Amino acid sequence: MTPPTSGTDRASVLRNKSYWSTFLIGLAVMAGVDEIVFHQVLAWHHFYDNATLQIGLLSDGLLHAAELVALVAGFFLLADARRRNSFSPITAWAGFFIGLGAFQLWDGIIDHKVLRLHQVRYDVEILPYDLAWNAFGLALLTAGILLTAVALRRHRTGG
Amino acid sequence: MDGHKGHGQITLDPGMLLLIPLGLAALLYLGAALSENRRGNRTWPAHRSLLWLLGLAVIAATLAGHLAERAHTDFAAHMAAHLLAGMLAPLLLALSAPITLALRTIHVESARRLSHLLNSRLARFLTHPIPAAALNVGSLWVLYTTPLSQAMLANPILHYLLLAHFFAAGYLFTVSIVSIDPAPHRASFRLRMTVLILVVAAHSILAKYIYIHPPPGTSPLDAERSGLLMYYGGDLIEIALIIAFFTQWYTATKPQHPAPSRPLR
Repeated sequence: MTPPTSGTDRASVLRNKSYWSTFLIGLAVMAGVDEIVFHQVLAWHHFYDNATLQIGLLSDGLLHAAELVALVAGFFLLADARRRNSFSPITAWAGFFIGLGAFQLWDGIIDHKVLRLHQVRYDVEILPYDLAWNAFGLALLTAGILLTAVALRRHRTGG
Repeated sequence: MDGHKGHGQITLDPGMLLLIPLGLAALLYLGAALSENRRGNRTWPAHRSLLWLLGLAVIAATLAGHLAERAHTDFAAHMAAHLLAGMLAPLLLALSAPITLALRTIHVESARRLSHLLNSRLARFLTHPIPAAALNVGSLWVLYTTPLSQAMLANPILHYLLLAHFFAAGYLFTVSIVSIDPAPHRASFRLRMTVLILVVAAHSILAKYIYIHPPPGTSPLDAERSGLLMYYGGDLIEIALIIAFFTQWYTATKPQHPAPSRPLR
């Protein structure tokens, strides 16, 4: 068997259903953690605060709908990858962490700061909370990128 | 006391009267399922009969009983009735495949007429995802952003008419997305998924809108309770709809095995 070129290697990992299915699950899981821990349990986030922009409500509704569909679609894509024997655990974990980090950073930067949907917490000095929120998101995203690199290398060496 | 309403005379609540057609619908479906099973060569799945009965029970809960009484005056109870009659009942009933059962059990001449009706241009238009979604979302926005919601709470007949309308619109939308029953010219998975996302989005945006802007005649506290109920209650039912949708995708995209022959059924 001739070794494939590195270009198709990358494509085959990034186009893998394991990658995208867990990416969707990662997005939705982080959104779920946000909803359950910060909205419901801690009640730090508000369902709505008066600083929310109109466009924020629109984007929030679309994102919320996309999350619900992503959660279900992710699991079905994962099942599809398994029945087609194209499931790869390391690729799946890479996609999952990219999804977690992408949601956390989107929420921390776009939702909280640009669209001002709500803040991390109220009646406190907000800066440390925002920094911690986004640093956590960045760490998750970095983990996802590292795992993607590992998946690419394993694929290349046939491991 | 009014002389015409003496003791022993039962006052008929229109909601109670509406339970009669529901009971008939249950009997009709079960009778059809039984006759289908008795024919021997095919069996009608028991879970479909159960879904049909559950769907009718959900409608019944919006017509009679504690919730139905409160729905005439309390906006949050009305919202619960809307979720049940306009979203949950249509999903349960659509998954029970009543048209398929009807086509199998009614007389062949009537079955032909029914399938002509389902093939008609109007039926195809109404069960296409885009018009069905527009009807569904459009009616909700009109109801909750105009004085219609206030009129509905004041007038019981209007309340029932609107429930019927929401059920019909909800049913058309549900079958446009997940149809077990025969659906000629069904839209692609991609289009159906796009419409599904947009409708879920519109629903959650409207829930927040109600939370922020109480409909005419509704107190801010009632509006907040109703908005939250619509948002989170709607999510639960929508997740069930999304799961049903992807289950159909999963079945339809089953990989074709190169096996030479499959056992005939």
